[in-house]
Amino acid sequence: MAYSDKVIDHYSNPKNVGTLDKSKANVGTGLVGAPECGDVMRLQIEVDEESGLISDAKFKTFGCGSAIASSSLATEWLKGKTVDQALSIDNMDIVEELNLPPVKIHCSVLAEDAIKAAINDYRVKNGLPELVAEKKAH
Amino acid sequence: MELKLPVYLDNNATTPMDPRVLEAMLPYFTEKFGNAASRNHSFGWVAEEAVDYAREQVAKLINADPKEIIFTSGATEADNLAIKGVYEMYASKGNHVITATTEHKAVLDTCKHIEKTGGQVTYLNVKEDGLIDLEELEKAITPKTILIAIMYGNNETGVVQPIREISKIARRHGVLFFTDATQAVGKIPVDVNADGIDLLAFSGHKMYGPKGVGALYVRRKNPRVKVTSQMDGGGHERGMRSGTLNVPAIVGFGKACELCMNEMESEAARLSKMRDRLENSLMELEETYVNGSTEHRLPHVSNISFKYVEGEGLMMGFNKNIALSSGSACTSASLEPSYVLKALGLGDDLAHSSLRFGLGRFTTDDQIDFTIDAIKSTVTKLREMSPLWEMFKEGVDINAIEWAHH
Repeated sequence: MAYSDKVIDHYSNPKNVGTLDKSKANVGTGLVGAPECGDVMRLQIEVDEESGLISDAKFKTFGCGSAIASSSLATEWLKGKTVDQALSIDNMDIVEELNLPPVKIHCSVLAEDAIKAAINDYRVKNGLPELVAEKKAH
Repeated sequence: MELKLPVYLDNNATTPMDPRVLEAMLPYFTEKFGNAASRNHSFGWVAEEAVDYAREQVAKLINADPKEIIFTSGATEADNLAIKGVYEMYASKGNHVITATTEHKAVLDTCKHIEKTGGQVTYLNVKEDGLIDLEELEKAITPKTILIAIMYGNNETGVVQPIREISKIARRHGVLFFTDATQAVGKIPVDVNADGIDLLAFSGHKMYGPKGVGALYVRRKNPRVKVTSQMDGGGHERGMRSGTLNVPAIVGFGKACELCMNEMESEAARLSKMRDRLENSLMELEETYVNGSTEHRLPHVSNISFKYVEGEGLMMGFNKNIALSSGSACTSASLEPSYVLKALGLGDDLAHSSLRFGLGRFTTDDQIDFTIDAIKSTVTKLREMSPLWEMFKEGVDINAIEWAHH
């Protein structure tokens, strides 16, 4: 199976690899997937408390090239958005942007799950109720 | 010599054809095009003579008699013919077959097929090193057992089973012994008599011959073994496999066997030295594990897990320049990693993190150097990007985390 140029680009030059301080109140961390399934994503957002915008986003991913690319793309999209705007990122947007084939759609679902998990972590830390995400098939 | 890219290290999947094999084959596509079954003109005689010669070359490599060689379309067909053929031929004696969980799909799926038609199959587990337990094998034998089907060398790990011990057990109980020796023949000495093998499957394209040709060895004496044909027609191959012989491919297969016969010993020494160098260099990376026995192993194979890095993601780092296989299943719809590695007791995480190296006749030292560098740097880069590696480094117990399985 050949990867799209965009997947190869994100894989070769991943954006925003790294770790934010998860103990900070304005940092939300989402850890999704499982080693047994062959992919684990950790996605973090840092929210600027004054503007309410996501000022930084970082990821680390154990997985195939599509999983790495999906999380790299997600961090790019997250930066500069409000938390509410970030919630609207749909896995199919990732599929489209990266030209993921059907067997790799689960990578995009995982990235969307990671975004939602990071936002929920942020919300809980800041006294907001957890959002119940609609369950997507992996 | 200049480094030749891309590097091909997937010789367990298929091997490039040796140019000397191609040269031997070429006349049989054009001027020597006869049907080996045409008994009444020179075109047929020429083809028949070529097939006879190839049959001798093939037989010699495994120390068989040429009459014991049944040409097939490949090892999958030979596996089918051996298992289904014995099952049907010896139906009056019993219906039980013993095999192992790490066999090739061509054996496992054929066993599943005979189960559907009323057969009984025991699937032996393997030990951590990939070897079957001989005591367990012997215990599995019942008065209904007609066949033991255990492979010679494994396609994923290269692990070589204790063939002579298995055949002794089979003999002792009057059970036939079939081995899929696709990965072993031409790589290590295989001798059907010294090894006590009754049926043996192998293939041309795994030993620098053409695709689409293989053979089933069927013992003719002590004991005389017969299989029920699975392909009916003109009664070719002593009635066991009908169908016009693929003369050019058979000629190529014969030539490939001859070359292996002559070069196997020095080649095995060269490849195991290169393989060990590759393996030892890669093992310098932390949390890296060789899968399967390193003692009982084909000389050109190594299967290594790089913990905390996913195999397919790893391959993407160099697959423009290096061709190899992974036990990861990221591309398959099931997301299930290698069943062979799981049978060795590897967790899914380690199975997902594995690479299979299959060196071959055309692998050079330069290519191994290149591969070592490329894999080391990619593993290091991906670990920097792996949340699991970070947790490992921080002393977090990854197994204690409740992962959301999907």
